[in-house]
Amino acid sequence: MTTREYMLGNVAIARGLLEGGVQLAAGYPGTPSSEIIDTLASREGRDYYIEWSVNEKVAMEVAVGAAWAGVRSVVTMKHVGLNVAADPFMTLAYAGTKGGLIAIVADDPSCHSSQNEQDTRRYAQFALVPCFDPSTPQEAKDMIPYAFEFSEKFEIPVIFRPTTRISHGKSDIELGGIPTDKPEPNFEKLLDRWVMLPKNARPRHTHLLSIQKAMEDALAESPWNSLELKPDAKLGVIGAGIASVYAKEALEELGLEASFLKIGTYPVPKKLILEMLETVNAVLIFEELEPIVEEQVKLIAQEAGLPVTVMGKAGSFVPREGELDISAFLEALKKAFDLDVEPETGSISLELAPRPPALCAGCSHRATFYSMKKVFGKDAIYPSDIGCYTLGIQSGTVETTLCMGSSISIASGLYHAGEKRPICCSIGDSTFFHTGMNSLLNAVFNKANITVTILDNRITAMTGHQPNPGVGYTITGEPTVEVSLAELCRAMGTGSVAVVDPYNLEETQEAFKAAKDFEGTAVVIAKQPCVISGKRAGIKRIPYVVDPEKCEGCKQCVKFGCPAIEFDEENKRAVITALCSGCGVCAQICKFDAIREVKR
Amino acid sequence: MSERAGVKKIDLLITGVGGQGAILASDIIGKAAVVSGIPIRAAETHGMAQRGGSVVNHIRLGSDFGSMIPKKGADIMLALEPMEAVRYLDFLKDGGVIIVNTQPIIPVTVTSGMAKYPDVQEILDTLSEKYIVKAFNADDLAYEAGSRLAMNVAMVGAVSGYLPVPKESLLESVKALVPQKTIEINVRAFEMGRRKVEES
Ligand code: SF4
Ligand code: SF4
Repeated sequence: MTTREYMLGNVAIARGLLEGGVQLAAGYPGTPSSEIIDTLASREGRDYYIEWSVNEKVAMEVAVGAAWAGVRSVVTMKHVGLNVAADPFMTLAYAGTKGGLIAIVADDPSCHSSQNEQDTRRYAQFALVPCFDPSTPQEAKDMIPYAFEFSEKFEIPVIFRPTTRISHGKSDIELGGIPTDKPEPNFEKLLDRWVMLPKNARPRHTHLLSIQKAMEDALAESPWNSLELKPDAKLGVIGAGIASVYAKEALEELGLEASFLKIGTYPVPKKLILEMLETVNAVLIFEELEPIVEEQVKLIAQEAGLPVTVMGKAGSFVPREGELDISAFLEALKKAFDLDVEPETGSISLELAPRPPALCAGCSHRATFYSMKKVFGKDAIYPSDIGCYTLGIQSGTVETTLCMGSSISIASGLYHAGEKRPICCSIGDSTFFHTGMNSLLNAVFNKANITVTILDNRITAMTGHQPNPGVGYTITGEPTVEVSLAELCRAMGTGSVAVVDPYNLEETQEAFKAAKDFEGTAVVIAKQPCVISGKRAGIKRIPYVVDPEKCEGCKQCVKFGCPAIEFDEENKRAVITALCSGCGVCAQICKFDAIREVKR
Repeated sequence: MSERAGVKKIDLLITGVGGQGAILASDIIGKAAVVSGIPIRAAETHGMAQRGGSVVNHIRLGSDFGSMIPKKGADIMLALEPMEAVRYLDFLKDGGVIIVNTQPIIPVTVTSGMAKYPDVQEILDTLSEKYIVKAFNADDLAYEAGSRLAMNVAMVGAVSGYLPVPKESLLESVKALVPQKTIEINVRAFEMGRRKVEES
């Protein structure tokens, strides 16, 4: 009997890692990848090492160490994380591995929670490394043990690229067994492999190129690519990764006579592509983001001299940005083959209020931003970074967001460019540990006259509350050093460092004033636990209420933007809802003393 | 083709606001489906949108394909919030069923005066022109059952009659997924929600 369980895609991927006998897992949190490590960490009786690293490059290097010791390791991140880890990764492709190494890099077509839509398959091509592109959560789980074996067979790291809908999709998953017998680590001193001096790198590059064909042939035989030729079909459809499922469903619904090739690995299965191209007049290629399969198909058709029409992103049959779905496939079919498929319009026209995500009620970031704005004013420039606090854009204190860790360096650049306006940047605690530290060091060293605010909510909140070096415990809950942000900043030579409680507006504003007046790089650390993780850790605060007798309806508290404060238009009074987490900041804002703690 | 083992295929959309428990609602249905041997695919909103933003979950019962319901493909919509029912109507079949909680959650864009919240009665009237609408205040119903927090489970009860999953399996997964101390309240909320729709 097989066991089935209802699982999130990322949980299924974690299960695949267990079934593949993983021995070390490292990662940096990033939506949509985070739950993989979280799931592995919460497992009882772990027989593998697991960590949240401070950034993706570090995580990659930790995994490399394990793979060079001959055991199976995994590193997880989101697409933009691979930019950070690209440096070790590109050279790792040359050096190769002993134990299997899988880099799980989750893509986010449509930017559900990301700053860009880059396609990780390009990195695989770039590094000449194979890439696995699952089409369903079940396949994602099943692919992982295969990917480990593949990695070991060719002694090469592999990329595994789920997309948001795989990572955060759920389905009934058929489980396999988990091995208990695992190899002992044994680091072999292969200096010509592990020391990438030019003399060693050159032959490794040649080696890497020489195994491409063998890897491609092996992958073509794998279960992740499949070709269904319809004897009389003149039309072919090629679908890659998750897009193949949408194409397949639409084809079946329409009952269309078309040959179908599903692609789940790179390098692409040339043999299968050729087989299809020999039987059809035209192919439509359906893949998310970059036209990677499409480019390959065109090359193959040209080399073989086959007069097949290739349609996809070129000619705009399929969009090059955003997420694809069944409608996009029907649209593409219609355009490519003049098919009669019904248009999908006709919803109801009612003016809806937008509902953007917002900082939680009582989030300390909102309070910090409030004080920051009070002191620095409208005229100042506010570079910021990536985390929950980016949602503070409504506060008027988030004016740049480029990539993790960039806020401080951008602030420095603005200053050194000759900006005369005051500059106050903000960065979260995790982001500071990720790559913000380098930027602060640089700012201090090169004498940037800026204020750096570290929004220290004692956790990596946005991605689901993962620990970082500032919190004092590891992913498994083990106590560890609690790195002091203030000491760290001082050690880098920062001349002015203040730690404040952002719930105390007066104290915080005093600190901002001093920082603003300081000549050079000043740091203000606003320290207060995230309300969600705080609640989980047992912090209880008394909620606040508006005294209707005293409220003058001035809306000052409403403007603060806490989701727990609403305005009762009928009675022209503010009201505090059950969402209140009791931070007490609105009470300090109210000029009429109308907000107070609920009486017990 | 898309039906397996004679299971009826149902595409269900759950819409609401981050923090209302849409994920738990879909987990209850998902877990119950697996126990009943029904293939299930689902997609949910994580990350950014969870912080009080608009969320939508796709649930496909009896489906072997992807987790995303095609436009105009959903048979039923379970809306935990009235305005969010309208936001995702594109996905609902003409003549489909909408079960909607009439308790609005006012977004910050409205409290801060940037936008207006549409009149709830107007929402319901407009919906009724094209769809079969079952509307009630599920927050109040859950309160009656013992806690407003059980709203999502009351809504699962409300939709339960339309699902190819046995009621017993659904109740089992309610018991498995809600906090131990609140099982009784949640079971009550489920039954009350179910009755509400049966009676209407
Ligand atoms: S999760 Fe924590 S850090 Fe993020 S908005 Fe909510 S309170 Fe703030
Ligand atoms: S005390 Fe005021 S600002 Fe703080 S969470 Fe409650 S309503 Fe919001």
